[in-house]
Amino acid sequence: METVIQIQNVTKTFVGKDNRVEALKGINLEIHKGEIYGIIGMSGAGKSTLVRCLNFLERPTSGTVLIEGKDLSTMSDGELRSTRTQIAMIFQHFNLLMQRTVIDNICFPLEITKVPRKDALARARELLEIVGLSEKELAYPAQLSGGQKQRVAIARALATNPKILLCDEATSALDPKTTRAILGLLKEINEKYGITIVIITHEMAVVQEICSHVAIIDEGVLAETGTVTEVFQRPKSRAAKKLVFQGEGEQHLEMKGKRCIRIVFTSNSSFEPVIANMVLTCKMPVNILLADTRDIGGVAHGQMILQLPEDHKTAESMIEYLKTRKLEVEELDNYVG
Amino acid sequence: MWDSQTIMMIVEGTGVTLYMTLVSTLIAYLLGLPIGILLVVTAPGGLKPVKLLYKILDVVVNIVRSIPFLILLMLIIPFTRFIVGKSYGATATIVPLALAAAPFVARLVESSLLEVDHGVIEAAQSMGAGLGTIIWKVLLAEARVSLIVGGTISLGTILGYSAMAGVVGGGGLGDIAIRYGYYRYQGDIMIVTVILLVVLVQVLQMIGTRLSKKLDRRITG
Repeated sequence: METVIQIQNVTKTFVGKDNRVEALKGINLEIHKGEIYGIIGMSGAGKSTLVRCLNFLERPTSGTVLIEGKDLSTMSDGELRSTRTQIAMIFQHFNLLMQRTVIDNICFPLEITKVPRKDALARARELLEIVGLSEKELAYPAQLSGGQKQRVAIARALATNPKILLCDEATSALDPKTTRAILGLLKEINEKYGITIVIITHEMAVVQEICSHVAIIDEGVLAETGTVTEVFQRPKSRAAKKLVFQGEGEQHLEMKGKRCIRIVFTSNSSFEPVIANMVLTCKMPVNILLADTRDIGGVAHGQMILQLPEDHKTAESMIEYLKTRKLEVEELDNYVG
Repeated sequence: MWDSQTIMMIVEGTGVTLYMTLVSTLIAYLLGLPIGILLVVTAPGGLKPVKLLYKILDVVVNIVRSIPFLILLMLIIPFTRFIVGKSYGATATIVPLALAAAPFVARLVESSLLEVDHGVIEAAQSMGAGLGTIIWKVLLAEARVSLIVGGTISLGTILGYSAMAGVVGGGGLGDIAIRYGYYRYQGDIMIVTVILLVVLVQVLQMIGTRLSKKLDRRITG
């Protein structure tokens, strides 16, 4: 497939008065035509810097960025500006011109490329139709909701028929429902017009929703890249695991509790999913290190070894809970599974 | 005591004050606006940082601003005579007025332009906008309300300064107040001129405020 964006050994160092920040430490990435490529990372990981290197809003300290095979760093100012008309960008805070109407905002990039006013207006109306805001033509941004502002920003970004659309945390200021709607619109645009989309985000849900590929950036380095399915099913790096499990709390990643207990199910035990109920009651997960139970006549027989949470109080209340369910509970010192 | 001659004098004085104020403000903006833009553009971290030019402008603006107007007025008499041909009268007063106000205007313009959201400038850059387009269509257009408020402040300040022109026979309401009210102890004339000055500032302020509100699209509804 045709490579649209090629990032080779890109580094970016910000030099302050008395400190140096290495935002990017040698990034290599290839993005192909028609992909929706997610770049995900925690805040401060360097993702916003990386996306700004793609249109040279930030000049990389070293390395090259090739857009359709052309090196941005060798371009003159004029060439760079004309290339930028092919790389549109939308932002977290929309960045609309507040003193212009919706339609004039969409016409703005066309003024830059010197499209005659009449043609620009026609194109802007066509775009308003696509983003579903035709009736807001003469409104000012201050009169619109966040979702509507982002739609205007998308229409403005598409005005010059760009080949690439960069989205910098484009849904981070929106509520979940609006986020889905905007992501749906982006996907539609990608499919209809074949625009390559690069999405910067800190939310795995966004990547899951629309991206085909994902790169995980952590402390200025790409920790992992691949298709979304690959990375989701088998996250290899620490950063990837952290992001994939981000919605589920971090206890799942590393059980820190050292306290292990052995419980024995006998025919005296009550008939219920006891471990699940205990977890729900105490609102803390446990690690099942060993389970050897058999269902005999509707009653569980056998044993289990559980690793309890670090928090002493919770652990105590769990043991208490199990005892009330008539299970034998035995504490194990230095259990090695 | 209020013969037609006195009334005529006060009416004329009002006209002269307005003339000095408006023309001085206009010239002050012709000088100060480009300087203000240059200060923003060439500043470190600006759109086109030029360290030396920024430093020079910054220092010059500070120097001129720190000279008291009355001193500046007399200090530049040779320059005023060179430009206007004489060193007294309303037109001659416009030279020091404009010169004193220009750096003040530059600072007002600078602070207005710095208020423009950096994200919007970045968006324009991402669309391939050049420096001229960004200055004209983003910085000045987005800051227009703040610029008009600044313009109103300048008018008020320059009007106040113009009263000092009386010292060099500059004419206008301030001149009348000093000559009749102060030197001749005609308190009534003093009071009338002061009231007129207050009214003028009020009217200019009102026009400015209305205009800025009318042009502001950030207010919903």
